[in-house]
Amino acid sequence: MTFENYIEAEQFSFDKTEKDTLFLSLLNDLHKHHLGNSEEYQKISAGFFQEDERIASMADTPFVPVSIFKNRLMKSIPEEDIYKVLTSSGTTSSVPSRIVLDKATAALQTFALSKIMNHVLGKNRLPMLIVDSKSILKNRKTFSARGAGILGLSVFGKQHLYLLDDEFKLIKSALQEFAKKHNGQPILIFGFTFMVWQYLAEAELDFELDLSNAILIHSGGWKKLEAMAVDNDTFKTKLKNKFGIAKENIYNFYGMVEQVGSVFLENSDGYLHCPNFSEVIIRNPKDFSVQPHGEEGLIQVISLLPKSYPGHSILTEDIGVVMGEDDASNGWKGKYFKILGRAKKAEIRGCSDTFNN
Amino acid sequence: MSSENNQKLITAFSTALEIDASQVIDDLKYQSIPEWDSMSHMFLISELEEVFEVEIETDDVIDLSSVGKAKEILTKYDVSF
Repeated sequence: MTFENYIEAEQFSFDKTEKDTLFLSLLNDLHKHHLGNSEEYQKISAGFFQEDERIASMADTPFVPVSIFKNRLMKSIPEEDIYKVLTSSGTTSSVPSRIVLDKATAALQTFALSKIMNHVLGKNRLPMLIVDSKSILKNRKTFSARGAGILGLSVFGKQHLYLLDDEFKLIKSALQEFAKKHNGQPILIFGFTFMVWQYLAEAELDFELDLSNAILIHSGGWKKLEAMAVDNDTFKTKLKNKFGIAKENIYNFYGMVEQVGSVFLENSDGYLHCPNFSEVIIRNPKDFSVQPHGEEGLIQVISLLPKSYPGHSILTEDIGVVMGEDDASNGWKGKYFKILGRAKKAEIRGCSDTFNN
Repeated sequence: MSSENNQKLITAFSTALEIDASQVIDDLKYQSIPEWDSMSHMFLISELEEVFEVEIETDDVIDLSSVGKAKEILTKYDVSF
């Protein structure tokens, strides 16, 4: 199967057998491409193999630590082919990651994201409510990951309404207007998880807002909400009780600037699901061995999209656990997992030491 | 009809992207000028939808990468140029 046919295929349709054959073969092509075009990747990869640098099974996939994108400009294309450099500062450090894109990789990312989103949204764009302030987009050159997320998702909506004003206060009149027009209708809502909680779930409204046919997509992590003892179920229950949003129409997602396009969308069991062109492996932080399903460890994310930079296999600083494979209640094939939080500093330091030696 | 639509298209581009009408030629590409970035792209889509009374599907929003391409896509929605 060609790469084009593979990514064109219906999302969440490939099971373990196909991942272990089709995916692995395309991954080897990508691995070979980066070996030939990135000296840094070649050096790192060499440490993983005895002799033949072929990835024999998914568990053998070499990985680069996510921090490498902060320290070095990693690229597998000539300078003149650079189209865009994505940057994002992490939460633990002020040094931004820099991700080098050429036109082909940028286009692939957009295509992949729409392939995943269309799977749950359909191909028609829905009226869209954005739980954020437009001011977040004001400085177009330096806007944050939040701004980039909003713009990336805006493509899937129309008649966009930003729910908050410049002072981050709910624009009630605009929401009321929106409610009058779209109550009970299919609409798309997007926002960062804690923003959705704070400004939508907790909003006190003196008019009816009926979101019974809305689809909510949210991202950004649970850290802030965990501190308030709000977990995924509390989050969904509140939105269901207050505005009638069906729990199965609420999708959390996990993604990162280092692998734009390969987002992991929440399945009907509340776990993050690998799309066809991505895979996760959980590794023991002590020796990087592969953890069995159900055991926690560092999350390695593998994607078939990154061609312009060797970011097809990254060891993140997040701790997670694989919850199952190919047997999600909604029929989606592929592995699914949950995130438990950030790795402890000592564990991260352990990783970077390994790579610096 | 077609020249009228052509004029409408040029006006829509120049309004949404805040550029001079003379810049709106078939070869003008997405992200080739600072004024046509991912944000103004969404203004452009809304403008085109309003002017031509069409609803553009997600895949076409992504595909609409030049003025020429816009004509090609709008043709699918029964707008002739």
